[in-house]
Amino acid sequence: MHHLLPLLVAVPLLGAGLLVAVGRALPRVAADTVGCAVSAGTAALVIVLLLNSSPPRTEWVGGWTPVDGRSVGIVLVGDGPGLGMAALASLLTLAALTYSWRYFEEPPRRHAGSYPALMLVFQAGMCGFAITGDLFNAFVFFELMSVVAYALTGYRVEEAKAVQGALTFGVVNSLGAYAMLMGIALLYARTGELTMSLIGRGLDAHGGPDALVLASFVLVLTGLLVKAAAVPFHFWLPDAHAVAPTPVCMLLSGVMVELGVYGAWRVYGTVFSGPGGVPAADLERMLVVLGALTAAVGAVMCWYQRHIKRLLAYSTVAHIGLFLIGIGVLTPQADDGIALYILGHAGVKAALFACTGILLDRYGSVDEHVLHGRARRQRAVAVMFVVGGLGLAGLPPFAGALGKSVAEEAAGGPLAVLYVIASAMTAGAVLRVAARVFLGLGPPPPDAGEYETTGSGEEPETRGRLGFVPDTMTAVPALLLAGALAAGVAPGFGETVARAVNEAGSGGAVVPVHWTPYGILLGLVSTAVAVGLAALAVTRPRLLAAPDWALPLRRLQSGHVGDYVAWLLVGATLLGALALPGVLGT
Amino acid sequence: MSVLPYLVAAWVFLAGCYGLAASRNLIHAVGCLSVCQAATYVLLLAVGYRDDATAPVYSDIEPGSRPVVDPVVQALALTDVVVGATVTALLLALVVQISKRHGTVDPDELSELRG
Repeated sequence: MHHLLPLLVAVPLLGAGLLVAVGRALPRVAADTVGCAVSAGTAALVIVLLLNSSPPRTEWVGGWTPVDGRSVGIVLVGDGPGLGMAALASLLTLAALTYSWRYFEEPPRRHAGSYPALMLVFQAGMCGFAITGDLFNAFVFFELMSVVAYALTGYRVEEAKAVQGALTFGVVNSLGAYAMLMGIALLYARTGELTMSLIGRGLDAHGGPDALVLASFVLVLTGLLVKAAAVPFHFWLPDAHAVAPTPVCMLLSGVMVELGVYGAWRVYGTVFSGPGGVPAADLERMLVVLGALTAAVGAVMCWYQRHIKRLLAYSTVAHIGLFLIGIGVLTPQADDGIALYILGHAGVKAALFACTGILLDRYGSVDEHVLHGRARRQRAVAVMFVVGGLGLAGLPPFAGALGKSVAEEAAGGPLAVLYVIASAMTAGAVLRVAARVFLGLGPPPPDAGEYETTGSGEEPETRGRLGFVPDTMTAVPALLLAGALAAGVAPGFGETVARAVNEAGSGGAVVPVHWTPYGILLGLVSTAVAVGLAALAVTRPRLLAAPDWALPLRRLQSGHVGDYVAWLLVGATLLGALALPGVLGT
Repeated sequence: MSVLPYLVAAWVFLAGCYGLAASRNLIHAVGCLSVCQAATYVLLLAVGYRDDATAPVYSDIEPGSRPVVDPVVQALALTDVVVGATVTALLLALVVQISKRHGTVDPDELSELRG
């Protein structure tokens, strides 16, 4: 069975090649069908492999197995978390392709195959990154999915904002990837290995951590955290997500950014967690500090957005902060919680983006103020948007709520408060948008000032504005929300995820994952706070308008690529400073 | 082993970063990104270098008769070159579109996305 692992990358790549080769001659329907079929086939294969992933299997591609503990081959790891992320990526790609069924009316130069082909390469890159057990291959797949993501972000090349956002995304992410490659080269210099588990063993054989281990750790983590959009590496994310086509946003926010978090978890657990790596206390300090910063900045910035896609992008930043805290506390229970949280968040966030896409294509705007009261007739979309907002807040029994409550209990104390506040603020912003746009509640809000991105003047992604909303565009968010809900209520699902994560991560420690009264209470509290914030914002707009101290925070998001690069260097230095004490102490 | 190549790699990387941060022209910025990548080539080749060693091609030397440099890092550097070419080409294409849509390639004048 595990011999099929390389197919997860090969099948979508071959499908993309086919679409590029014959796409010019294909009619639109055929190209979209081929794209969906290949994506669905890969998704089915991942799920079959996932169901057979216990115990975890590895596959040395081409039969290049290690000799005397040294390897030159490439290894793929088919364990629960890796295949789980690959399954999430595949299912979301399928959802995005279905959502965009005959979506862009005029493919560039009448090449109907180009969009589904790019989506398939994106799927291949994400699947490859999720299942690789080789650090250099992780870099290659990282770059593969990044490059396709830049191209997809700037897919509408006639749009001024889209090309600017794509370029920022490209420069910052590629710089992060090169930092990661520098780190990989240093690790190879020390151990002579590229397979993650063997690098870890090589580091342990060498003795305690020194400057080289610290430098390589900081460099590798810089690359992964740029992908994960942790503060202060996050600036590219709102700029890219606000301008990318909606189906692409579903993938970027739903799974690509989370792959950065997954990569950090995988690399720390496999390479740096031994005695020759970075001490656990340092990693905890690093990820909890960065995660708390990320959650706070993301939540505050999310609250003050009027561009709905940008608002959802900042909400992703806030949730990434919560994920980082969860993997940073280094307990098996928190890992399980975060795995469930990522699944639940992906469904809810992709559904919210899908609903926003309907607004964009129906009304030609994604601006909260311009759309005030205009979408009253879209009852189905309104219901999905509100349900999505509640899911984001962590209302039981969404899968995200279950994951959040487990992670909260593992993190405990003040960090649990941060979980509640950050999720309540981002969900409150979403509910505020729903109340204004779909119900027309409250007075039209005042303009906050000049230093903001409005969502008006956006071009619909379909040809002209939609007269009616196609069934595919409403069915996809409904299914995604249903999936997020089902993952929370299905008996035994949480236990299964927990067992798969622990088998790969913490050596089979079994911890219970189920609803507790405490978790349900916190979920209800954050939902109530979210609803309260939204109600207050709608009825008393001036009370919660941006205060003066928030302005400098908004000015940091300058849209200038040079500033973002400078912040990347600051962030790398910060990572080094936070990890320094443990290395000095040994 | 000499420390010099490693210092050169770090210096090239930081020089590229400085260029990116201070760039007034997006074409120049994409060039600076390539400079950062050149640092990874220097580092990879420095890692694999051995004194008095030759290229790892066994068509004209006996295996084991002479030390050879590490072929793995050279394969990595080649892959890296391919990745870099893709990224640079794509980013330059985006710069062309930015120049058409915004009428400028100065990052200071791109002000549509902020806040």
